[in-house]
Amino acid sequence: MNKRSSWALPYFIFMLIFVVMPLVMILIYSLTDGGGHFTLRNITKFFSDKDALSTFALSIEVAIENTLLCILIGYPAAWILADKRLNRSAVTVVLFILPMWINALMRTLATAELFTMAGVQLGKGTLLFGMCYDYLPFMIYPIYNQLSKMDKSYGEAAADLGATPGQVFRKVTLPLSMPGVWSGIMMVFMPTVSTFAISEFLTNNKIKLFGTIIQENINNSMWNYGAALSLVMLLIIGVTTVLQGGGDEAEAEGGTV
Amino acid sequence: MAKNYIIDIQHLSKSFGDTRVLQDISFYVRKGEFVTLLGPSGCGKTTLLRMIAGFENPDEGTILLDGKDILELPPYRRPLNTVFQKYALFPHLDVYDNVAFGLKLQKVPEEEIDKRVEKVLKLVSMSDYEDRNVDSLSGGQQQRVAIARALINQPRVLLLDEPLAALDLKMRKDMQIELKEMHRKLGITFIYVTHDQEEALTLSDTIVVMNEGRIQQIGTPIDIYNEPVNAFVADFIGESNILGGRMIRDRRVSFIGHEFDCVDEGFGEDVPVDVVVRPEDIYFTTEPAKCQFKAKVNSCVFKGVHYEMWVDTDSGFELMIQDYDPYPVGSEVMLYIDPDDIQVMHKERLRNSFEGVVLGDGRVEFLDAEFEADTTGFAEGDEVEVSVEFDKVDLLDHEEEAEVSGNVAFILYKGNHYHLTVKTDSGQNIWVDTNDIWDKGDLVGIKILAKDIKLSKKAVADE
Repeated sequence: MNKRSSWALPYFIFMLIFVVMPLVMILIYSLTDGGGHFTLRNITKFFSDKDALSTFALSIEVAIENTLLCILIGYPAAWILADKRLNRSAVTVVLFILPMWINALMRTLATAELFTMAGVQLGKGTLLFGMCYDYLPFMIYPIYNQLSKMDKSYGEAAADLGATPGQVFRKVTLPLSMPGVWSGIMMVFMPTVSTFAISEFLTNNKIKLFGTIIQENINNSMWNYGAALSLVMLLIIGVTTVLQGGGDEAEAEGGTV
Repeated sequence: MAKNYIIDIQHLSKSFGDTRVLQDISFYVRKGEFVTLLGPSGCGKTTLLRMIAGFENPDEGTILLDGKDILELPPYRRPLNTVFQKYALFPHLDVYDNVAFGLKLQKVPEEEIDKRVEKVLKLVSMSDYEDRNVDSLSGGQQQRVAIARALINQPRVLLLDEPLAALDLKMRKDMQIELKEMHRKLGITFIYVTHDQEEALTLSDTIVVMNEGRIQQIGTPIDIYNEPVNAFVADFIGESNILGGRMIRDRRVSFIGHEFDCVDEGFGEDVPVDVVVRPEDIYFTTEPAKCQFKAKVNSCVFKGVHYEMWVDTDSGFELMIQDYDPYPVGSEVMLYIDPDDIQVMHKERLRNSFEGVVLGDGRVEFLDAEFEADTTGFAEGDEVEVSVEFDKVDLLDHEEEAEVSGNVAFILYKGNHYHLTVKTDSGQNIWVDTNDIWDKGDLVGIKILAKDIKLSKKAVADE
């Protein structure tokens, strides 16, 4: 090890303790029973557990709905923020990002209070509202980043070749901003699958998400099954990342918050 | 008359905030013509091109295409296409889809698109590149694709915004020849923007020379080179010796302390003028009878085809001479200039003149600053004409010690001194004769002694 690479040592140790070890522990716990013997029962239990499976399906459904909602609201917002004619100040951008400075748990609690005060029935509607509210900045920012660094001359070239403003958007702006959108999807979809606090507060635990049952299992000292569920979730996140192909690239280009 | 013009631009003006980028621009383009807008960066040429394309709107004036006003048309409805400076090829599309972009929008049948793409790629020598990713192409290849993409729509006029600026010299020369050839073959009207005077001279039928948002001169390359109308054009196009002189009478001019025959008439008698002599038009001779003045060679540099020499004349002026034969440094030479090769121009101004207001206490305000001056005979509040000779303006390194500060905007070497245009912070120009060497863009302080500020009653404006 030469001198320069030894600077990486503290980070290496950090990663070992806080990233690799927990992952290994999850793997070990999920593949053992309470007595420490190797078993696949935890995994097979999940696939035969109707409750867990339906919760899982619901989680994915909610995550997809939330991601779509975030794109629908976030893309136009990012587009307006990135347009110098519509938005002349950086302050507006900060205002959109500002909610991220406040703890998500606190915002969720406050949202729940507001709904209760207004007498709104807590349920899937309030859940989606809360999720969208929490994760919207993560969608807006990468798209905004991508749009604002896009060379204006692409749009001009398209218009010059006869594209109406609508066609310019469909054929040039949208395809060129896709890396930002992918980045946003990754940052919204995955945390949504594993969240449990939002559903706890905003539906009074009426709707259980995948994150919720992991938390319940761990809380009830069913470490092995909880670990197995975590492993399944990790695998799914891993697979979606790989399936997106160039997910890393998208994230690099879209920029993270 | 007007019907022969494919593009007719009338009195265009445009400001961005407080800066006037275009002032009263009028010119026309004939069908099939290759017109170049030439000028230094920031002269407004690109803004003008963007106005024709439809990306900017003028504050005043009209643009007629085939006699019809097109200002109301958005860019996508104008039958013009642009080759952008940085190509602006769509990175998410391959070469074929980039070129076919315009045709696909028009819903042209696919077979025809195929044929036309093939044809236009052949025209720009880019056949076989159809499936290539545009990012994998070299600058020159991207340029060709950009030209193909613009040409495929068969525009009435092709607009080119410094299309060769990003290429290296050799490639630029080759592309120039190809562009000229394409223009000849297609018969499409080209409007070309460049800051490269050599490119403009090579390519154009007509050159429009611009500076500071105004047209300086319109003419064929030969006209512009041989008969520049002012010192800016003479200096910008090619190398030149620009010298202060005096028209003695018709066909007789004096400069660098000698008198010469020339071919210019109609300036009047004993009138100050500027004289332009191209460095290749000063000839060496060994016959004393031909010699008009003597000089000493003080540098000689080989430039490839010719030698570039600086000589000090017997009257104390420095001239640049280009000749195929070198003369040794330090040698005494005899020189002459043909009457045909002396270009006489009106002086744009003889001295600085500003509008000012007398403030009392021996102070006067002009150039948005206060100066001490001899105000006897004027009352406080009088509006006056302030005039200052060019060589009475002092430039200082430390702008904080002066009444006004500014930037050196333009430098002209006039054989034995520099003639500078200094733009003050309030955006006005002051012209300065100096022996000191300044660089373009230098921040300077402007100082004028009280005795050098001459006031006169403001001329009553004509009703």
